[in-house]
Amino acid sequence: MSLIGNLLAGLGRAQFFLLQILVALPATLLRPRLVIQQLYSVGVLSLIIIVISGSFVGMVLALQGYRTLIRFGAEESLGVFVALVIVRELGPVVTALLFAGRAGSAMAAEIGLMKATDQLSAMEMMATDPMKRVIAPRFLASVLAMPLLACIFSVMAIGIAGGHAIGVELLGVDDGAYWGQIRAAVEAQDVIDSLIKSTIFGIAIAWIAVYQGYHAAPTSEGVSRATTGTVVVSSLAVLALDFILTAFMFR
Amino acid sequence: MQSRALEILVGFFVCIGVAAVFVLTFRVASLDSVGTGEGVYRVTAQFQNIGGLKPGSAVTMAGVRVGRVQDIVIDPDTFQARVTLALDGQYDAIPEDSSASILTAGLLGEQYIGLTPGGMLDPLKDGSEIMLTQSALVLENLIGQFLSNMASKQE
Repeated sequence: MSLIGNLLAGLGRAQFFLLQILVALPATLLRPRLVIQQLYSVGVLSLIIIVISGSFVGMVLALQGYRTLIRFGAEESLGVFVALVIVRELGPVVTALLFAGRAGSAMAAEIGLMKATDQLSAMEMMATDPMKRVIAPRFLASVLAMPLLACIFSVMAIGIAGGHAIGVELLGVDDGAYWGQIRAAVEAQDVIDSLIKSTIFGIAIAWIAVYQGYHAAPTSEGVSRATTGTVVVSSLAVLALDFILTAFMFR
Repeated sequence: MQSRALEILVGFFVCIGVAAVFVLTFRVASLDSVGTGEGVYRVTAQFQNIGGLKPGSAVTMAGVRVGRVQDIVIDPDTFQARVTLALDGQYDAIPEDSSASILTAGLLGEQYIGLTPGGMLDPLKDGSEIMLTQSALVLENLIGQFLSNMASKQE
């Protein structure tokens, strides 16, 4: 009984916290430097893991797809297979999971530690609002970085080092057929859906991470629990949201 | 971390991201030796039916790729498909009376154009038209022919 009560209370707190973030967001526009600082730590520092993962995911998809398609003599459709799977699903989802593990956990740990070492209360003493100074810039930077990272992941997986490298260079699918089929099959709507998905995932991960950090118990154990909770909850949230969004976008 | 270097890196990241968005939206122009560059000449061919041929499909001769389909439009007079082929400049001695047929790779594969060389001495040049063409085999038509044949044999 108390478990359900705790759950509901947590949800309510999180909703209220999101409102506070949204109220604090316009203030961050007056201090773009803070957002740039956070874009560096969540965006630039996540680039390498995103690029490498994108390449590997694309390569694996190309190998697996080729094995199936060759049975039907349809190996020229490899490009379509890789591109649709990546753009519609794997690009946003895998990027979001990596982002949760790489940037979300770091954010939660940092904010949790700030709280544990009383930095947040010190800010309040100095009449600076930690919502505006700490939370909102991180939230905004995450929401901005996610769609960009997802697109970089998709381009790597389809074109540069992933599916194209394996399919065209290694397995000998015709280059023109690869791109031609992709152009014929992938519509602008797919890319727009992909951007919408990754932006929503970015909002979810950022919200969960800053909430967990801000409401962490001010001990080393509390900080570690906030970090773990961020990764677990945001991974589950991403997968659940992905199902809901896909069901909406399903045509 | 110098704040200037940090800003440069963030700008770089945003540029890459936006470029990736554009690349995805406009679906990556094909980096191709046979394309719109130098050493390419264009010939046209008219087909009754092109099936699933698309711009970017291969043009082959004896199975070797000699060019690409550049663009497909409807001819306003004949209402046939007018296909522009970009052929590689190194194959500049393809006879003028060669024929072009639309073939399929595998049963469900990509469609491409196969050139069969003719016997004339004059080669195809930029802007010339291939007169002998064979349309894509449309499965429905084939089945229809087969069925009508069967029906006529019954009588």
